[in-house]
Amino acid sequence: MSSAIRQSPLLKLTAWSFLLLWLVIAAFPFFWTFWGSFKVEGDFFSKADWTWALFGHLTQLETGGAFTGDGYHGAWIQEEFWRAALNTFIVVFFVVTISLTLGTLGGYALSRSSYNYSFWLLIIALIFRAMPPITLVSGYLLPFYEWNLWGHLPTAIIVLVAINQPFTLWMLTSFFRNIPKDLDESAMVDGCTHFQAFRHVIIPVMWPGVITTGLFSLLLAYNDFAVTAMILSKENQTMVPKIASFLGTTQTKGNVMFAVASVVSVTAPIFVLVIFFQRQIVSGLTAGAVKG
Amino acid sequence: MKHKTFFWFVLPTSLAMLLFIALPIVSVITQSMYAPHKQVIVEVESCGVFGCKKSTMIDQDATRELREAEPLGRFVGADIYTNRNHLASNEIAVAWESSAGLGEFLGDILNLPFYRALAFTLTFTFVVTPLVLVLGFTIAVAVNSIPQMLRGPTIFLSLLPMIINPLIGSLILFWMVDARGIVGALLQTAVGDPNLSMKASTPLTWVMLIVYGVWHSAPFAFVVYYAGLQTVPKDTLESAMIDGASRWEQIRYVIVPHLIPLTTFITLMQLMDNFRVFEPIVSFNASAHATSLSYFIYDDLGGETRLLSSAAATSVLTIAGVAILLTPVLVRTWRDFARR
Amino acid sequence: MNNILRSVIAGALMVAGTATSFAACGISEGRVSIVGNEFPAIQTVANGALACAGDGVEVKSNLTADHQKINVPGMQGDPAEYTSAIIANSSIVALMNEDVIRPLDDLVAKHGQDIPQNQLITINGKVMAVAFMANAQHLTYRKDVLADLGIEPPKTYEAMLEAAEKIRAEGKAEFPIGGAYKAGWNLAQEFVNMYLGHGGEFYKAGTAEPAINNEQGVAALNVMKSLSGYMNPDFLTHDSNATGAEMEAGNVIMMNMWGSRVGRLQDDEGAPPEIASNIEVGGPLTVGGGSDPATTLWWDGWTVAKNISDADAEATFLAMKNGISPSILNDETMGQAVWMIDGYKPAAVNQGVFASIESGATAYPMLPYHGLMHTALGNELADFMNGKEDAAKTLADVEAAYVAAATEKGFLN
Repeated sequence: MSSAIRQSPLLKLTAWSFLLLWLVIAAFPFFWTFWGSFKVEGDFFSKADWTWALFGHLTQLETGGAFTGDGYHGAWIQEEFWRAALNTFIVVFFVVTISLTLGTLGGYALSRSSYNYSFWLLIIALIFRAMPPITLVSGYLLPFYEWNLWGHLPTAIIVLVAINQPFTLWMLTSFFRNIPKDLDESAMVDGCTHFQAFRHVIIPVMWPGVITTGLFSLLLAYNDFAVTAMILSKENQTMVPKIASFLGTTQTKGNVMFAVASVVSVTAPIFVLVIFFQRQIVSGLTAGAVKG
Repeated sequence: MKHKTFFWFVLPTSLAMLLFIALPIVSVITQSMYAPHKQVIVEVESCGVFGCKKSTMIDQDATRELREAEPLGRFVGADIYTNRNHLASNEIAVAWESSAGLGEFLGDILNLPFYRALAFTLTFTFVVTPLVLVLGFTIAVAVNSIPQMLRGPTIFLSLLPMIINPLIGSLILFWMVDARGIVGALLQTAVGDPNLSMKASTPLTWVMLIVYGVWHSAPFAFVVYYAGLQTVPKDTLESAMIDGASRWEQIRYVIVPHLIPLTTFITLMQLMDNFRVFEPIVSFNASAHATSLSYFIYDDLGGETRLLSSAAATSVLTIAGVAILLTPVLVRTWRDFARR
Repeated sequence: MNNILRSVIAGALMVAGTATSFAACGISEGRVSIVGNEFPAIQTVANGALACAGDGVEVKSNLTADHQKINVPGMQGDPAEYTSAIIANSSIVALMNEDVIRPLDDLVAKHGQDIPQNQLITINGKVMAVAFMANAQHLTYRKDVLADLGIEPPKTYEAMLEAAEKIRAEGKAEFPIGGAYKAGWNLAQEFVNMYLGHGGEFYKAGTAEPAINNEQGVAALNVMKSLSGYMNPDFLTHDSNATGAEMEAGNVIMMNMWGSRVGRLQDDEGAPPEIASNIEVGGPLTVGGGSDPATTLWWDGWTVAKNISDADAEATFLAMKNGISPSILNDETMGQAVWMIDGYKPAAVNQGVFASIESGATAYPMLPYHGLMHTALGNELADFMNGKEDAAKTLADVEAAYVAAATEKGFLN
């Protein structure tokens, strides 16, 4: 599209400088964090002089060099952050898989039904999403303890799937609406059942939308704190609660640099994923939510 | 689609939502109408590390019978909703009677915790949501006008505010806006006030939270809009150009109308998420200047003595608030659906 | 001695250590499950209990900062998930209110004769918890700066204010006073200190009715306001982490600080050596000519759940007792807390906590409804500190917020 439009140099300059400004605002905190993760806490969170974070005044005093890997060493080796990483991987994998399975089935049906109840189901799902997660979680605690479900990874997975369903359902429904009805209807004329039509005709063409929705589910499960902090036991802890536990409490000091180093580590795999799925994210949304 | 087929397709997702969202909502509504039983308090002596002193405790034996007879607690109806820490109907009536003018009346209302929280929640929602839409759209248009090969890295960097973990992200930002942090120092130089602190005054704290809200959510709107821009019909654009439409006119008359359905989707999600604003208030230690409904719930559940009924009532009020907020958008969606 | 030999001996000692502690635990069978906060001292105690695990004895622990949110639901079931909760004097109340912990008298009689009487937390004549460490807030200051200006370390808040004025006038620091005044729990805690220092009572005797809107309450708030005049303007966002960092950066000269935090201020991390080596502890401060210091004493201890079998309760008691036995103290664990365990040798940095205990400070109130008061204070006091309201109006708001909460909870009619 851009090639089709002639742009005045002034307009171009404005667009470029706006974009540059936005990129600095968007990405600067991350690069700052990345740089700072190789300093000691007194430098990165200096109350004396922010330039210490750049040059590492205290880092030199405490470790003898301007850079230190202590944060990474402490988090990954001393505090066994890899365990949490492994748990997160399990949680994220199953949350994404199950959410998408349930979501595609439901979303497809909702997009193909013209009865009023399908509209109301969507609205109810939306209202469900309004429930603050913290209330939901505190409601789960008692029954989960009672039935011995508390603390296990599968419990956290199924809760995250459920909490995530309304959003998944909305996105996928609007996506399926954009897949022409003729496709599956003609398959059914040829004698397929509805499920067969779904399997053989819809599944092959639905991937861009599913991948986009999947990435949003992934971000949710990956960054979740409210659910995982409250219903996972210590040995099943995922990364974000683990990071929170590095921050300390009122009466004790934490290892904030462990947290900073972990956050940089945690963000890295998402980078890879985004780079990898960049095209799908965009094309998926193109096909999907356009119809709202 | 037949009813029966529909049923089987939506069964798994409905079951998940029924069990883990609908049932808890029912129990929350119930909880909000029941409160713990009257506690019988006895004076006792408590001794420990630092000597003995007079104290009180709950007489468990006396309250046990009550508890067993009515395990849900004592029915209080709408009392929790109307008490001072929520809708405060009595306090508002008193304020209405006693205050001399509208200003004083409003001041009295904003002194009540629920309305104070509501005021910030609504301000945040109605400032952040449009700003996110505008910023997201502008970035999308700008990214769309740069050469293809630069777009990948640009998209990737633009997504960072959404990706970075909010827990630490806001901790670092919080430090950066400190009077001696890099951003804080920059602002002080910019406005020429060496004592400027974003954290010490209420209006500046609100500004800080709103800027953070926009920064955090703009990438979402950007991605959705950018995707939408890819589908703008080329022939319409070209015919607009032939008619001599300027760039601005193209955006105004071709692109914006095309993106209206997307705007509905983003607005819906943003209104809801912003109405539940919570994390930035905690991570920016902002509760002295700004609280929100979700923060309120967190506070009730996080104290030494948890106020379950109060948290339940606030949750129900939050859901009601979201429902009211979304009504215009939902009515629109219903019309679209009915037309289909 | 070469390294291999040394590690073999260390290994053998460890095995011997575990074996003796296992034997010393004296548990034949049972389930022990501990919930508690996660700071190092509590981890040490939990590890001591975990050493009792063995044939037929299952011991596990779940230590997390969110322990207060999960311990009540986790002990309400039957059988309870957690057989022991590690709590402080403020948080034992929630467990007592819900009736989920059991009196320990029979177990103390059977297995705990050697636990010193003062460690047994007795309420209404029944032992409800066993304390193992103490904490308190007290003065922490920069001795070099005070010495330079010829100021004695303050013993009262009034002296602290005078000292602050002098430090500011001399240009040594613009905001010489620090404090954990973050709106919420921290700010409320400072009010509790200051109000008790003025000799205030929170409730009408023997009832849950609030009584803080009085002279002492106003005086306490006014002292806090005066102090905040010498604090960084962002003081309402400063928790103990931030105040500690301010002192390490050399911006803060005097503050009221948790004893458990000072060790980390004096160490070689976070502050240039010339600052860290000059951080010194003092006693608690008094205020308004009062004799009782404006601070509260805290203990941490363990409890045993009610809804578990007697065998599990006995196993839990023995395992937790092992967790606080002298055998857990070594070079590493010694400095983690002010332990109330035989063989504990206090370091210089712990003198602040001991001075607080000796000064006759009161323990933080252990009342069924005080958590509600603390929350109400935390939410409403910021309006006064911000300058939006006067003291009396703020205190009236606190009482109103508390009354609404206490009525909901059934403490008031």
